[in-house]
This record gives sequence, structure tokens and C-alpha cells, in this order.
Amino acid sequence: MSIIEATGLTKTYKSKSGPVHALAGLDLAVPRGTVKALLGPNGAGKTTVVKMLTTLIRPDSGRAIVDGIDVVQDPKAVRRVIGVSGQYAAVDENLTGFENLVMVGRLYHLGGTAAKRRAHELIDLFDLTEAGNRPVKGFSGGMRRRIDLAGALVINPKILFLDEPTTGLDPRSRLALWGVIKQLVTDGTTVLLTTQYLEEADQLADDIAVIDDGRVIAEGTSDQLKAQIGGHRVVVALIDAGHGPAAREVLGRYGEGEPTVSGDGRGIEVAVGDGPWALQHVLADLGAAGIGLHDAGMRRPTLDDVFLKLTGHMADRAAEGDAPDLALGKAK
Amino acid sequence: MSAASTLPTWNPLTMWYSDGWTVTKRNLTKIKRSPDMLVFAVIQPIMFVLLFSQVYGGAIQVQGTDYTQFLMAGIFAQTVVFGSTFSGSAMAQDLKEGIIDRFRSLPMSGSAVLIGRTNSDLALNTISMVIMMLTGLAVGWRVNSSFPEFMAGIGLLLLFSYSFSWVMALLGMMVTSPEVINNASFLILFPLTFISNAFVPSDTLPEPLRTFAEWNPVSSLVQAARELFGNVGTAPVPDVWTMQHPFATVLIGISVMLVVFVPLCIRKFASISSR
Repeated sequence: MSIIEATGLTKTYKSKSGPVHALAGLDLAVPRGTVKALLGPNGAGKTTVVKMLTTLIRPDSGRAIVDGIDVVQDPKAVRRVIGVSGQYAAVDENLTGFENLVMVGRLYHLGGTAAKRRAHELIDLFDLTEAGNRPVKGFSGGMRRRIDLAGALVINPKILFLDEPTTGLDPRSRLALWGVIKQLVTDGTTVLLTTQYLEEADQLADDIAVIDDGRVIAEGTSDQLKAQIGGHRVVVALIDAGHGPAAREVLGRYGEGEPTVSGDGRGIEVAVGDGPWALQHVLADLGAAGIGLHDAGMRRPTLDDVFLKLTGHMADRAAEGDAPDLALGKAK
Repeated sequence: MSAASTLPTWNPLTMWYSDGWTVTKRNLTKIKRSPDMLVFAVIQPIMFVLLFSQVYGGAIQVQGTDYTQFLMAGIFAQTVVFGSTFSGSAMAQDLKEGIIDRFRSLPMSGSAVLIGRTNSDLALNTISMVIMMLTGLAVGWRVNSSFPEFMAGIGLLLLFSYSFSWVMALLGMMVTSPEVINNASFLILFPLTFISNAFVPSDTLPEPLRTFAEWNPVSSLVQAARELFGNVGTAPVPDVWTMQHPFATVLIGISVMLVVFVPLCIRKFASISSR
């Protein structure tokens, strides 16, 4: 049985421009011991799902069960088995890293000695030794993020919720954090994480739920999702954008759909059934027509392609001001 | 591996006490490490006592006593009322920084954050009170009552500030940023504390300010403290019920604030999340 089960979750917020349906009947199931990624753009409703499952906000309707406990009926029991690291580091600026972790331990009702011992362990685990004894105020974003994540792990939670855990981290910290998460999963923790980074979902998750406008619009492993939009894609880059229409016609001959053209008119791409066969023919035809190329090749579809196919828009539409996650998230 | 299953189950009272204390300690550490807050709590009371007693002392006549005696209860009341607004801005700040989300995701007592908030602000107000009393004594203020009456006066002022902290804490959870609380308290509390008997006898005010001052709860608090410190002059007390019965008025005010705002705060806290 799934350790997280949500059915028909809805949440509507009032805003100046009318009601915003942050969640519009979202269903979700996460099997014990697996990693599930909620993938979607800003405003898709990812943060709202996490806040509901971690008892921070109540659904307008629908039901969510975490480790067999109804989140609305018995939020306190849910809080005893979960760890949460939100989108913004929830740490006390005036306490040291160590003091933050001890405080969290005390509030989980570990004894004083146990709370301190655990804080030391986490300081070591997250390589925070130098930061452990200084107030958080002076730390970099990555350091805060690690203290926040350490705070989520004070009790070795059965279920760990991570809302965009690597947003704002430099590449090195991101890799380190991925390492920690992978280790936790090996040790049996169930993880639900949200991300806008397709690569992150690819790297960490057993299973991905693509979310848009408060609903799950596709679900499956990374490979299953990619398979939904066919096998390979043939990509060419033209020397002269003026050859665009002719090249497009050539790619269309061998593709399984309309070729797409990049913004500058030089990059042309199409999904194909048999990659090597299509690429050979495309190159032969382009050569015969005297169209010069900078680059040509084939690639496997990325989750970006999946997203575009499923939603009709690209994953990054963060500029849209009325997105609920944006309206509720704070500007930092 | 999972420690979750071995977490102790505490009875609600132990949890309430322990969690409340944990959060109080956290807030006190914050005060200790933010020199600006300490300065605010220490320097401002000194400044107010010195400025008012020295600048206005010669100009304002109070029947039957000198201005410094008259002034001190007023300054005490004004300072603790303003001190309580910190409960509001601090809640708003915690909400903004997201630490409230951390607290709310922990299996802690649902009132601990509010208990910790109001406790630590009571401590801050107590520090301010002590500083003000010492400054007052230095410029000639004297308590002309018994020790129990003196202690009752201090207790009444601090209890009022404690219950007012809950009012401000609720507001702090309802506003969009800490600045709103700071600005609003400036706009509301300055008139509320100045249009009262805190700094001048209310019978010197023109109508309708005079009526406002006589019914102003801050006036009752000041009157009660003055009587308990033995600092009243010989002027007759205005003939309105709240001034004739300042203790009853203040105690009713404190009870109403606690009975109404403590439950409202706890309910509000159960549904807030960072914005």
C-alpha cells in the first residue's frame, strides 16, 4: 500500500484578479520507500500539495492519507513521522546552526541530550562544522538550505518532503544535496520532492508526476514519459537562416509530426520513428539541396519535450504574475 | 533506522510547558543577539523619563504633587503598551521568514509559539520597567505607598502588557508584513497613549479630547498605577466610572483581552503559513 495517498485535493485562493484554483482535483500515490517527483512550472500547485500533505494548509475538498493517518483529522500524528524542508529555508537567523537543530529536536520531544547528539550528527553529515557555532544570519544561501534540510532529518523521518530543495544552490551544492537524498532513500526513507528542474527529477525520482494547473497531467517513470512522445529526435542547425523553410520541408518528410523551429530560425527539430535512418536521409536531402549545416544529430527526448507535448507550453513560464505559487510565495 | 516510531508521547501539559519554554528561550536568544532591540528596550525608557521629567517638569503644574511623581506611571504605561507591539511585528517577521512553517510541521503544542512570544516580550517589558524605575528614582521619583501596593502596581502594568501582547500577536498573524504592524501601532498607539492622563491631567484637555481621555483604558491603567505607587495629587478624579474604578476597569480589560484573544490566536496559528 502507498505511504502517501491523496485523492481529489482542491484548493482555491482568492486574489485580486478572481479566484485562483491552486489545486483542481489532484490525485497522488507514493509507494513506501520510493522517490516521487512533482514536476511542474511555477504556479502549477506543487507547493500547495506539499503544504497540504505536511498539514500546513487544509484542502477545500479531497482527502490525504500520510502513513495511514488522515492529515486533516490528526495533523499532530502526521507531524511525528514526517520531515519537511520548504521552498525557503525555515531557520532562525539569530540562532547558530547547532542551536537551530537542537531546538527542532526539542520540539520533536527528544530529550536534551538526544537532541544535542543528533544535532552534532547532522552537522557532521551536512559538513556544517564551521557554520555550526555562528548565527545563521551570516551564512550563504546554500548553507542555510543545508541547515534547513538537516532540520527536516532530525528524527530520521519515515517520509521526507522537499519543496524545490536545490533552488538557488550552486551546481556543487546541488550535487552534494542529491548525494544526501540518494543515501536517505537507500536507508528506506520515502521522499516526495518538487522541482522545476527536469534533470533533477530524472536524477532522483523513481516516478514522476507532471503537474500543471493544479492537476496531475501525466505520471510514470522518466523513460515512460519520454516514450510517450516517440523515440528519437533529429536536430539540425543551419548556417543560413534563409534556408529555414526548405530545411523544414526536408525534416517534415521523415518526421512524425510538424518540425519545430528555434527562435533564430536556424535550429530545426523533428520527432522521428527510426533515428539513424531518418538522420541519414535528412542529411542526404539537405546536402542535395545545397543547404549548409553548423551541426546535425539525433537525441533522446528530454522531459522538457514531454512537458511541451503534454501542456502545449514550455516549463518555464515563471513570468506569469497570476501563478498561485508566485502569489503565495514571498519575494526574496 | 527510523527514530520516528520511538518518539515519546507526552501528555499535553508537559508538552505545553516544555515547548513553550523552548520557544521562549529561542526568542530570548534573539533579544540577546540583536543589540538594536536591547537598545530600544533600555535606552528609550531612559530617554523618555529624562526628556519628559526635565523638559516638561517645569512647565506642567499638577495639583498637590510635582510633575515627576505624576509622570512616572504614565511613562510606565506608555512604554509597556508600545513594548507589546513587538509581539505583533515579531509574529509577522517569523511568518515572513518561514520559521512558522517549520514550527507548524513539528508535533509541538499548538500554543507554544504564542506562549513563547508573549513570555519573551513580557521579559523584555520587565527589563524596560526596571530601567525606567531606576531612572525615575535618579530624577526624584518616590514611591509613597507600601511594598505590596508597589508590587501590585508593577504587576498590573506587566499583566496589562502581557494581555495586550496577545492582541498584537493576532494582528501580527493577519498582516502582510512586519512593517504594517510598526506603522499601524505608531498611528494608533500614539494618540491612544497621549490623549490620556499619562502625561498631563486630563481636565486640561479641550473637548472632545477630554471625554476621550477620561474613558480611555490607558487612563484607567495610569490612574490605577498612580494610586498604587502613591503618586496621585490632590486634584479630584474625573467623575466617570472607568476613572472612579480604575482597578476594576483594568482587570476587566485584562480579562477580556485574554479570554477573547488567546483562543483567537491559537485558532489563527493553526491555519497560518508563510506567504
